[in-house]
Amino acid sequence: MSTIAESPALFELFKLRAEAVSAQVQRVATKELALELIVRLLHQEGVDDQPHCYAVWAAGPMLNRSAQEKMERDVPGLKFTVTRELAADAKVGISQLEWALANTGTLVQTADAVDTRLVSTLPLLHIAIIPTASLLPDIPAVLRHIDPRKSSYLSFITGPSRTADIERVLTIGVHGPERLIIVMVDDLEVAA
Amino acid sequence: MKQEFKQSILDALANPSLTGALGNFSVAYRAGRAKAYEGIDFEGLRTQIADVKSSAASRLDQLAEQFSRAAEARGTKVFRTNDPQAVKDYILRLAQERGVKSIVKSKSMATEEIHLNKYLEKAGIDVQETDLGEWIIQLAGQTPSHMVMPAIHMTKEEVADVFSDKVEEGQKPDIPKLVKFARGKLRSKFLTADMGISGANIAVAETGSIVIVTNEGNARLTTTLPKIHVAVVGLEKLIERFDDISPILTALPKSATAQLLTSYVSIISGPVPNTDGSPKELHIILMDNRRTEMSADPRFKQALQCIRCASCLNVCPVFRLVGGHVFGKVYTGGIGTILTAWFGALKESDEIQSLCIQCGNCKDVCPGKIDIPDLILELRRRLALEQGQPMVQKAIFSVVNNRRMFHTMLRAASIAQKPFAKEGFIRHLPMFLSDMTEFRSLPTIADEPFRDRIKKIEQPKCAEKAAFFGGCLVDFAYPEMGESVVKVLNKAGIEVVFPEAQTCCGAPARYSGAYEVAAQNAADNIRALLDDDVEYVVSACPTCTVALKQDFIANLEAVGRTADLAAGRRLAEKTMDFSTLASQLVEQGRLKFKVGIDGTKFTYHDSCHLKRTLRAEQAPRKLMQQAGNELVEMQESDMCCGMGGSYTLKLPELSAPILERKLENIQQTGAPLVLIDCPGCVMQIRGGLDKRGANTKVLHTAQLLAESLE
Repeated sequence: MSTIAESPALFELFKLRAEAVSAQVQRVATKELALELIVRLLHQEGVDDQPHCYAVWAAGPMLNRSAQEKMERDVPGLKFTVTRELAADAKVGISQLEWALANTGTLVQTADAVDTRLVSTLPLLHIAIIPTASLLPDIPAVLRHIDPRKSSYLSFITGPSRTADIERVLTIGVHGPERLIIVMVDDLEVAA
Repeated sequence: MKQEFKQSILDALANPSLTGALGNFSVAYRAGRAKAYEGIDFEGLRTQIADVKSSAASRLDQLAEQFSRAAEARGTKVFRTNDPQAVKDYILRLAQERGVKSIVKSKSMATEEIHLNKYLEKAGIDVQETDLGEWIIQLAGQTPSHMVMPAIHMTKEEVADVFSDKVEEGQKPDIPKLVKFARGKLRSKFLTADMGISGANIAVAETGSIVIVTNEGNARLTTTLPKIHVAVVGLEKLIERFDDISPILTALPKSATAQLLTSYVSIISGPVPNTDGSPKELHIILMDNRRTEMSADPRFKQALQCIRCASCLNVCPVFRLVGGHVFGKVYTGGIGTILTAWFGALKESDEIQSLCIQCGNCKDVCPGKIDIPDLILELRRRLALEQGQPMVQKAIFSVVNNRRMFHTMLRAASIAQKPFAKEGFIRHLPMFLSDMTEFRSLPTIADEPFRDRIKKIEQPKCAEKAAFFGGCLVDFAYPEMGESVVKVLNKAGIEVVFPEAQTCCGAPARYSGAYEVAAQNAADNIRALLDDDVEYVVSACPTCTVALKQDFIANLEAVGRTADLAAGRRLAEKTMDFSTLASQLVEQGRLKFKVGIDGTKFTYHDSCHLKRTLRAEQAPRKLMQQAGNELVEMQESDMCCGMGGSYTLKLPELSAPILERKLENIQQTGAPLVLIDCPGCVMQIRGGLDKRGANTKVLHTAQLLAESLE
């Protein structure tokens, strides 16, 4: 895996393709830098402990329990306990995903746990954390890593939600997020 | 054709927002699709898809069993039925048992096919479509006009009016605001719905998985928020192996919307927890509705290779004029015609099948490698068998088939036309015939047909011989094209003979579903053309060439006349279209171009059969450039001119606007000359330019080539 991930061309292609479908791509060297970036983003978005201002984070491998608690203290309005009501009312949803596909700018996730889907469908902004080392070239490559026998709900996400149903005019943000920020983290381990 | 149907065509043509939206889309789609497939071996990819789907279609029963076992092992309930009513009953009963009051739906053509919404609504259940386009047409009380973009026929003003009328007053025709409005209104529906209904794009037998491809995110919400998820899946969605989703996922978004991948792909393989921790109740309904029967039909089994991308709609010259409310019922366009005939009744396709002009665009882009035009012809054939041919048509074929009577009548016509003819054109015909000359002038019938003229040509002594197949237009309207062919071949040392017993190529009969007539034409011609011992059989008409090379055999096979098949194959091997033969002769050094002639700018119109069946579109371009002329390509050079043989007579209201667009594209190049390899296209385009009073010249490639050689 690492040999692919170290290929700068693969990352460049991923960034190009993801941005072509209106996602934003940020790459950071460490988990610490990723957390700083996310905190900054949450502040920018006006996340607060108020109705309509929450951020919901579907807990993933990047943060352990104590790190989560610290984050919740640092950012008022950030919740790691994701309920349907909170997610529906939140401004921002955050989740970690398993794989990234360079040639389509896609993120792939095992999404059996409902909170992973709630945070990436209901809020207007989805922040997606992804290990740089998880970069794969394309769909056939990721099919070798995911297994529908082990996961009942697999999600492929390519950019924010979109429609062209009225006069074929591309409009970003329909039922899902209208913005997708991808935070690619170099020292984050690929989930088994 | 019923007046009602003709009227629906006229209404569609008179709707500028429809024709405008579809027309612009078809141009953007062509470019977008090409870009999406950049660097991809489309032929390889679609062969893979066709193999996967065809193999699945051969054992639908087995795969459905395998799917059910795999899905049920994970806790999914699978219900399989051939009966659309049983699907509706199953869902209604489930809804009633679980006290379901409201349902959200993501897009599903299978449920459109069985009119599920109406059934559930009648039982008092609130059913909301959530795909934006589907929601719009649901509110407007319409049916989808396009499989992928259901509301493409509506303007933002119309959408705003529908929203204001049906949901909340005061909506403005501002697209982002309309989309936001839909998001807001449907969000509360998602959060309160008791059941979600979806379709599926793929069903994987070995894992019991369904794959759902969407852009708006509504399928994710539909399958996540309500506690019950019901997926209605047509049996043709089944494939065997999980890995096989890869080629379909690669092609579907590119062919459907020119995207590399849609925003979302969800692969659901079993129940997942609900938001309250309870397990989701997941029901998958495998709906047959004659798909198994279709798979047992040797001709139509192919149609099960469809992945519902709708690219056949997007490239269709007729669809872009009339849209899906004329062209189909639930499923629209080329594949829709076939599916309507099967999922409804054969006779339901009677009128819409006549819309197909047989240009072959759809066959070229189909990611499932379905020969849609051929299947539409097969529908025509079966309809003709079931209902008999119309009287007028029968009368025409009895004349065409009787060589002597046909020729006598044409000669009589050449005299009768005199009052209407001027400079080789007929510009006006009286009364009921006036439709035919309204949008393009017709050529006059030649005083002396080619079959007589060739006898007067003094040909040099040659070592080789070619038999010339004239076809009706060269023989009776444009004998000068035949003379050019003789001139060119003589220069290469080939003598041209005209077997007198040759008759109509059978295309008109074949394209009308009259296969007995077409087979008789085939047998007569095979005998006539092989009578003389010739090296080549050549035609200056691509449609005739295709008849000689392919259709004769197909016609004979269709009616079981096997005795003539071997000779038919011999004929096919010898047959060449004019430009391909001429290029070959140039390459062999048997034809030499004049040096120092003043070349001219020209544009080239691709005839459907030359480009998409014979694949010979480069030969004439190269010949004319070698001769010192400059090619200026027109927009959509390979889009049909609207002639389509007898199509222009049956549906002049569609033939005319297709031609208009072609003429625009020709005139935009500024070239003083259009070259064409098909006398039918020459007739249509020359006549159209004459009506416009344009001085652009229209020639058959053979005519200019004859003047360019040493």
